[in-house]
Amino acid sequence: MLAAMSFRLGQMVLVMFGISVVAFLIFFATPGADPSARIAGRNASQETLVQVRHDFGLDRPLPVQYGLMMNRLFVSRDLTSFVNRGQRVIPAVTGAIPVTLSLVGGAAVLWVLGGLIVGVIAGATRGTFIDRALMILSLIGVSVPVFWLGEVANLLTQSRWHDTWLFSWVPPLGYIPLTQDPWGWFKALVIPWFTLATLYVGLYGRVLRASLIEMMQEDFIRTARAKGIGERRVLLHHGLRTSLVAFVTMFGLDFGALVGGGALLTEVVFGLQGVGKLTYEALQTLDLPMILATVIYASFFVVMANFVVDVVFVFIDPRARDVR
Amino acid sequence: MVNVIADQPAAPVRQAAAGPWRTAWRKLKADRSAIAAFGVLVVIVIASLAAPLYAQYIAHTDPFVTNLNGEIVIDGVTQPVLQASTEGLGLGMTPIGPTWRIGPYLLGADNQGRDVAARLLYGGRDSLLISGAAAVLCLVLATFLGVVSGFFGGIVDVGLSRILDVLWAFPVFLLAISLSIVLIAQSIQIGPFEIRSGSLWLPIFIIGIVYMPYVARPIRGHVLTLMQAEFVTAAIGLGASPWRILLRDIMPNVVTRIIVFVPLILALNMMTESSLSFLSIGVQPPDASWGTIIQDGQGLLYSRPIVALAPGLAIVITVLALNILGDGVRDALDPKSSPRGI
Amino acid sequence: MSVNAPLLVVEGLTVSFRSDAGLVRAVAGVSFAVEQREIVGVVGESGSGKSQTLLAIMGLIDSPNAVVSGSIRFMGQELVGLNRRALDAIRGRQIAMIFQDPMSALTPVHTIGNQIGEQVRAHEKVSARAARARAVQLLDAVGIANPDRVVDGYPHQLSGGMRQRAVIAMALSCNPALLVADEPTTALDVTVQAQILELIGRLRDQFGSAVILVTHDLGVVAQVTDRVMVMYGGRFVEEGRKGSVFRTPLHPYTWGLFGSIPPMDGERPARLAAIPGAPPSLSNLPKGCAFGPRCAFRHDACIVQPPLVGGNGHRAACALPETSRKFHIREVASIETPV
Repeated sequence: MLAAMSFRLGQMVLVMFGISVVAFLIFFATPGADPSARIAGRNASQETLVQVRHDFGLDRPLPVQYGLMMNRLFVSRDLTSFVNRGQRVIPAVTGAIPVTLSLVGGAAVLWVLGGLIVGVIAGATRGTFIDRALMILSLIGVSVPVFWLGEVANLLTQSRWHDTWLFSWVPPLGYIPLTQDPWGWFKALVIPWFTLATLYVGLYGRVLRASLIEMMQEDFIRTARAKGIGERRVLLHHGLRTSLVAFVTMFGLDFGALVGGGALLTEVVFGLQGVGKLTYEALQTLDLPMILATVIYASFFVVMANFVVDVVFVFIDPRARDVR
Repeated sequence: MVNVIADQPAAPVRQAAAGPWRTAWRKLKADRSAIAAFGVLVVIVIASLAAPLYAQYIAHTDPFVTNLNGEIVIDGVTQPVLQASTEGLGLGMTPIGPTWRIGPYLLGADNQGRDVAARLLYGGRDSLLISGAAAVLCLVLATFLGVVSGFFGGIVDVGLSRILDVLWAFPVFLLAISLSIVLIAQSIQIGPFEIRSGSLWLPIFIIGIVYMPYVARPIRGHVLTLMQAEFVTAAIGLGASPWRILLRDIMPNVVTRIIVFVPLILALNMMTESSLSFLSIGVQPPDASWGTIIQDGQGLLYSRPIVALAPGLAIVITVLALNILGDGVRDALDPKSSPRGI
Repeated sequence: MSVNAPLLVVEGLTVSFRSDAGLVRAVAGVSFAVEQREIVGVVGESGSGKSQTLLAIMGLIDSPNAVVSGSIRFMGQELVGLNRRALDAIRGRQIAMIFQDPMSALTPVHTIGNQIGEQVRAHEKVSARAARARAVQLLDAVGIANPDRVVDGYPHQLSGGMRQRAVIAMALSCNPALLVADEPTTALDVTVQAQILELIGRLRDQFGSAVILVTHDLGVVAQVTDRVMVMYGGRFVEEGRKGSVFRTPLHPYTWGLFGSIPPMDGERPARLAAIPGAPPSLSNLPKGCAFGPRCAFRHDACIVQPPLVGGNGHRAACALPETSRKFHIREVASIETPV
């Protein structure tokens, strides 16, 4: 088990390296454009360009440039933004992490619960009206762009129905730190949580239902029924338990991807100053160092999530313990 | 449940026989929701193609030209297209709302006095074009890489798989953002081709690339299992050439898999395109897509919500139809996915 | 209920499935009884309806397209149409089942001990610890070498034979009065097969259970059963004491079955006889005797389904006059049918 763990750890480092190389190549080696102009931002002066070339070693070979870049990202952590005149990039990113984690964490609780409820109920009532209704709702949930849903939510809760009893509690857009005002934190995030979770409830409900239905056809389900345990126990203890393998894998990847920038649209629409919003603002000003930092940071989360999934996997699927 | 008695798993297609295709087509035709979804898509495509006709003959406007001082006659009363805002500090302008009658400004105007309904149709053209072209690019690339990787195996497979793994681990959105910011800022020159910074080819290329690993990996896996299948072993044993095996035994089976992907990739592309455009790194002005119109409408959200709501609804309906069609196609073509036993 | 009453009485059991091709009858009105402590073998080709008969007894036919009718009385209680709760009180407790494929019969994510314990605790009020102790005992009883370790192991860590033993241990966990086994040895190696059969035979003596053993293997029947029932096209075509059926089989289909096993003694035939043709499709059964189209002795009387009749507890469903069968049986022994 330890060997398997270290094997995966090694794999994780390799993938991290791969991603950082890809990101680096996209920014620094795209054919036909000068990276120094991109780093310096729009309408940069000639002196700035010279300074950028020197700072990033752009006149030196690519591997050296890569090394310098990684050094500034992880070791000296002094990568600075040119657009925002000397703003340190790394502290800005780390400062935004709690916001993103609050948003994604809360939404994750909602979508896991929602996905489980929708998937199990639809799977258990397969072919009935309830099943069809849940699946149509899920499909709609999967088909709504999250940023648009957020705008609709804002339209209703901030403007049209804000003065009714239903949404009068909704605070203005923005983030309230948990440490400062827990209740305010909660109120500010409820609407974003539901908005972000909608897509995933639909997605997880559909996947879980399909997986559950497939599992319920397995021979071991017949064995379980033959044991004379009730159908609910057959469904939950045997059917659902074996379906969770697919569910957990998906969850790890999606959680990682969201923390690593996928929540960007939600953050933008609800004015939450998370990592995604940071990326968005950098996009508007073409602030390349900031984007590079958020991308690398994001990939770190994604790969971490992959690793955590692998570890959790070992706990929920005994077969994974002995393989390799 | 008849399977219990005569348990014969659906055998892979040995050749491009008419049988399985006809069965699939029959199943799809019997799926009423899939057919309805297909009908909706056809209507949307036709409506989008008719955008210039609508702009010229019904709306009587050019939806790409600002019309800040325009006027419109409603019920004999002449009204400006943009009025001074009555909300807040009275700063800024509020465009005219929907007239709800066939003619100019059916859905009102945006903050530059442009006809929202006409822009919606034009936006549909770009959204559909980008989604479609990106889907073609993605599927062609993915099929090529997946088949090459699975069919030749060995060092080719190891190399390609590693690259796909890294791309796969790269969050889709960030990959798209990274590519966009680099490509959209300046025009780029690749060999003899120059791509202007505002070109629609950029979003097509970006969206096509980012979902490629999601299709290539399953195709590679499918080819690998097919290579182990008895009918392929038999063909190898009979001394069939690799080309023959690839074309006669592998491809017909891979094609069904690819077809299953088409509606789903289209739906994903449509979502991604609108998101990128919303973030202003997709379609660039003066071109419009549903995503850019939603962004235009963001500033008018509380005063003229229709500008953001209408294109969003268009996206929801299109993507929903694609997803329903996708479910139907998958049920019809992929026997494994249809619940066994019934 | 008297001590000598049969444990299980099945009357006119029919299992059909609605399909695109119309109603398909997998089991076409079978009747039989199983005495206490009796081991009954049900023999037939795939698709003869033998597995569906077992699943119907277990109440495990749950397809929405299935129709089960007739009567299955177990210890006097009617099982057909019984509600789920009452059914769950019986199955696992008084009727237990062993399945064909031990590789897929156990839930992969739970330990062997938990899966056995789950059944024990579903029927008896015992602590988790006591259930586990029972599991260890049972694993030991079915001949698993180190039950203390295996009880905490997962299915994938065991070989096929070991898994089948675990499944049998589970089936025995509540001392069932009736054990139904669906081809319990088909998926196993020949040596393991013999051990498992011996185990099933021994269990009757130890636990006093009656057993219904479904198989397509006459060797298995010869080894452990008291009574044989031969099934074809969803019906019984012959039924009787093992000795009687093996000595003087009465139905041409049974003759065919015996003809396709090499004789134990005497001269080795150059070629084994095979029954010509293929088993009938259930959706398209021939009129009258289902075996008719493959039968060398088919005659005009065969267009009517013959009843299952005979004396001395040995019955067959064949339109041939009994006297002429004695003659034909010798004839069959010398027939060599082209494959």
